Amino acid sequence: MNNLLKLSALELKNAISRGDTTATEALEAYLHEISVQDGALRAYNEVLVDEARDQARRIDDMRKIGESPGLLAGIPIAIKNNLCTTWGRTTCSSKMLANFRAPYTATAVARIRQAGAVVLGKTNMDEFAMGSSTENSAHGASVNPWDLSRVPGGSSGGSASAVAGSLCSAALGSDTGGSIRQPAALCGIVGLKPTYGRVSRYGLVAYGSSLDQIGPMTRDVADCAAVMNVIAGHDPADATSLDRPVPDYLANLDEPIKGLRIGLPREFLSDALDPEIHRAIENAVEVYRSLGAEVKEVSLPHSRIDSGAGGELSSFAVACYYIVATAEASSNLARYDGVHYGHRTERDAADIIDLYSRSRAEGFGDEVKRRIMLGTYVLSSGYYDAYYLKALKVRRLIKNDFDEAFETCDILLCPTTPSPAFKMNEKTADPLEMYLADIYTISVNLAGVPAISIPVGLSSRNLPIGMQLIGGVFREDVVLRAARMFEKASGICRLTPPPLGRDAE
Amino acid sequence: MSEQATEVLAIVGLEIHVELATETKMFCRCRNRFGDPPNTNVCPVCIGMPGVLPVMNSKAVEYSLKVGQALNCELPSYSKWDRKSYYYPDLPKNYQISQYDLPLCKDGYLDVPLPDGSSKRIRVLRAHLEEDAGKNIHDNPAHTGVDLNRAGVPLLEIVSQPDMNTPQEALSFAREMQRLVRWLGVSEANMQMGHMRFEPNINLHITRGGTVYKTPIVEVKNLNSFKALEGAVTHELKRQYAQWLEDPEGFSLDRKGKQNRGWDDQRNITVFQREKEEAHDYRYFPEPDLPAVVVDDAWRESIRASIGELPLARRERFIKQHQLGSKEAEAMIQDADTGNLLDDATAMGAPPRRVVNLMLGRMSAAANEKGCALGQLGVSAAQLSQLAIMLEEGKLNATAGDKIIDHMIANGGSPLEIAGKLNLLAESNTAAVEQWVDQAIAANPDPAQQVRSGDKKAKQAFGFLVGQVMRISGGKAPPSAVKELLESKLSAK
Repeated sequence: MNNLLKLSALELKNAISRGDTTATEALEAYLHEISVQDGALRAYNEVLVDEARDQARRIDDMRKIGESPGLLAGIPIAIKNNLCTTWGRTTCSSKMLANFRAPYTATAVARIRQAGAVVLGKTNMDEFAMGSSTENSAHGASVNPWDLSRVPGGSSGGSASAVAGSLCSAALGSDTGGSIRQPAALCGIVGLKPTYGRVSRYGLVAYGSSLDQIGPMTRDVADCAAVMNVIAGHDPADATSLDRPVPDYLANLDEPIKGLRIGLPREFLSDALDPEIHRAIENAVEVYRSLGAEVKEVSLPHSRIDSGAGGELSSFAVACYYIVATAEASSNLARYDGVHYGHRTERDAADIIDLYSRSRAEGFGDEVKRRIMLGTYVLSSGYYDAYYLKALKVRRLIKNDFDEAFETCDILLCPTTPSPAFKMNEKTADPLEMYLADIYTISVNLAGVPAISIPVGLSSRNLPIGMQLIGGVFREDVVLRAARMFEKASGICRLTPPPLGRDAE
Repeated sequence: MSEQATEVLAIVGLEIHVELATETKMFCRCRNRFGDPPNTNVCPVCIGMPGVLPVMNSKAVEYSLKVGQALNCELPSYSKWDRKSYYYPDLPKNYQISQYDLPLCKDGYLDVPLPDGSSKRIRVLRAHLEEDAGKNIHDNPAHTGVDLNRAGVPLLEIVSQPDMNTPQEALSFAREMQRLVRWLGVSEANMQMGHMRFEPNINLHITRGGTVYKTPIVEVKNLNSFKALEGAVTHELKRQYAQWLEDPEGFSLDRKGKQNRGWDDQRNITVFQREKEEAHDYRYFPEPDLPAVVVDDAWRESIRASIGELPLARRERFIKQHQLGSKEAEAMIQDADTGNLLDDATAMGAPPRRVVNLMLGRMSAAANEKGCALGQLGVSAAQLSQLAIMLEEGKLNATAGDKIIDHMIANGGSPLEIAGKLNLLAESNTAAVEQWVDQAIAANPDPAQQVRSGDKKAKQAFGFLVGQVMRISGGKAPPSAVKELLESKLSAK
């Protein structure tokens, strides 16, 4: 493997600015790696070679004439395929949008480009960001670089797989119920879901609009902070993005937070948790204790996880999420009807309703259809109060729990996922079991607060385990510094998967 | 068999859609303009492309609040957006951003003048803001076109209580609403351009033998002219009564519920569309892409201050302040500009009576000929006031005044200049006037004799002679001087 590929994004940027290498050289190293490895990982839906080379050349030219090419100059970044770009296609990994070429670029993507990043391509995802394994993709499933028989998580599984497999230096994902943090945990990388409203959603193809956020997926915490420095901030094109000053997330990153107050949500550390993950989390808590952190138990009663008589798990948060998100999705995805947008059936349609029905039946995958039906149902007259309205009330209670916890804590610490990466096809037959993969991440979206997943170790099967650190509204700075404290003290950082096929020979 | 006494009461409520005349659309920066080539005023936001987001046009909210204030509505401090879902080719996202349970304006009323001179208070339930849909164009048998220029245009939906009882009341309410939104400058309210559309809800309460029968409520969709509104309500009342007579028990609100009908303007009848039970389930839910609209006291106060004097208040003032007759006052409040012209001209010192006579005389005729409002003739308050003062001072006679108005409308210019140019100024040289009087007497000995003799035809003959002097002078003789001279020259010696 080319040594350039081993550098973190910031190290690469520094190497380029020192003149040790060039953006073009770095890009070519990544393009080569993609050509060799992506057949196995299937992280990308589309590699945008020409645009990437143009951008890399532009960065190198700017450096030659002494211009400053930006905070992310020359860093090859992969972006999830639900982020619109004027070049290439934005398919949301769906047959529905197989040929969609957007006439605009998502604000977050425009910002990283403006900062000098080189966009490598569009990464695979669960169709329309609905899923936790990237198996719901019209392009086929992506693979976890740690074990090619396992899923990378989802829905930003392509981005996670690409970062972990060194097929990009960093990536952008989107997170509606855990879609950045869960794959980050399963692939052993860092993933941050920002506060709702911190990063513009303009140009992100909507799934659950009140929950969706774009965020960085990186090899370490510093890279994550660097990307946040670029993508965070108000955007007049997104009325839900908030006009609040953006701190320099890199500035104090290495300064430990004195007397850090950590809350352990009792509800997330139950016996139901995988014992290896439980142990990894306890070890992480010990690391923080040794750094002088004050650790105490807190309660998020409305995020609790109940075990039924047969051992099946349930959670208010998951139930609430699958009402709110699907309701919004049913409306957001209504425009894909074969007339306005999206795949159009080639079979003869009796009338326009038939045309809509056939086009949608052909264009959407099963999970998307399932969620559209769920969402349509909960919004229907006669059911609205019992489902949607009640879910909004539960959402408020969940948020109140977080608000209360942050009165006495700086961060909350818990697992990111209930288990390490699971096998391909293990959960595809049972959607409810798949939904529980997000059991620790979902309430964070409902509350709108920021949370990061960082690796805290490996399981006995050599699979990464993730830890989630949750912060108060707009406290990405606290979350990042706390994450960096652990990274530094534990030395668990930049976990490298075993070599893939080629190098293993 | 004796017919029992039957009392029929019509119950009519009205939904009025008003397109607001903002520069740009409701949630994007596209031009809000009628008549451009199809799909030229569009962008990714108003055509609902994947990944785009709406951003509220606060001018549209301000306009809506103005209407709400003028309708005496409560303007709640918290109002929000909702999505209304239905699949239709002219609706790009297959949902419309509207307002469901928390509209911008609620619980108001409008006092509506009726043709008999009375007025009636019609309560307003609510007024909410939404985005308009595009337009399907069926000008080709092979396919239907969709023009999205109108998609995203701000649309204010005003909903009345069912307080109208005759087609005339519904018509008067609609007309008053048109005047009001024009008055406030928030809509051109041009019916031909679809700026205003009506949807009346109509049924009958029929009392016979102590029992009240209620006929099923009919909503007539999408009426785009006053004539259609009046026709639809009139036809529905007849139709419902006839149908009720056939089956007084069965044709009832309880049994049949509500239905939607359309208006056939060829045959002048309403036609069945669908039962309300088949109505869409719109699946309203709060729009997650837009923050709530918060109207604070300062905003509410600035709206209140910006409203100014409303038509009916102005009418009352004109009657008191300028002693106008009620018909005259009504004519002065056709639109805001007309009354403003009167106010401005009188503020410059012109006598109100002269100004009113000019406006409702030659100017009104000219406006009719041009098919525009009085205020749009291009006659300024300064021109009007100068002209009125010249008339008052006898420097011009009425005919000359009319000529000057025509000239001002056609070519502009000040009345004094025009009078000079057209040689219309009254002759102030007494010798010249006397000469014209002498000529007239000499040329008409018989009438002159009749005046001298003071017989029964004297008055008529005097008038004739005055006219002759005016003719000879080419309209330049000041009437008062002419009369004086004629009197002194023909007085019985």
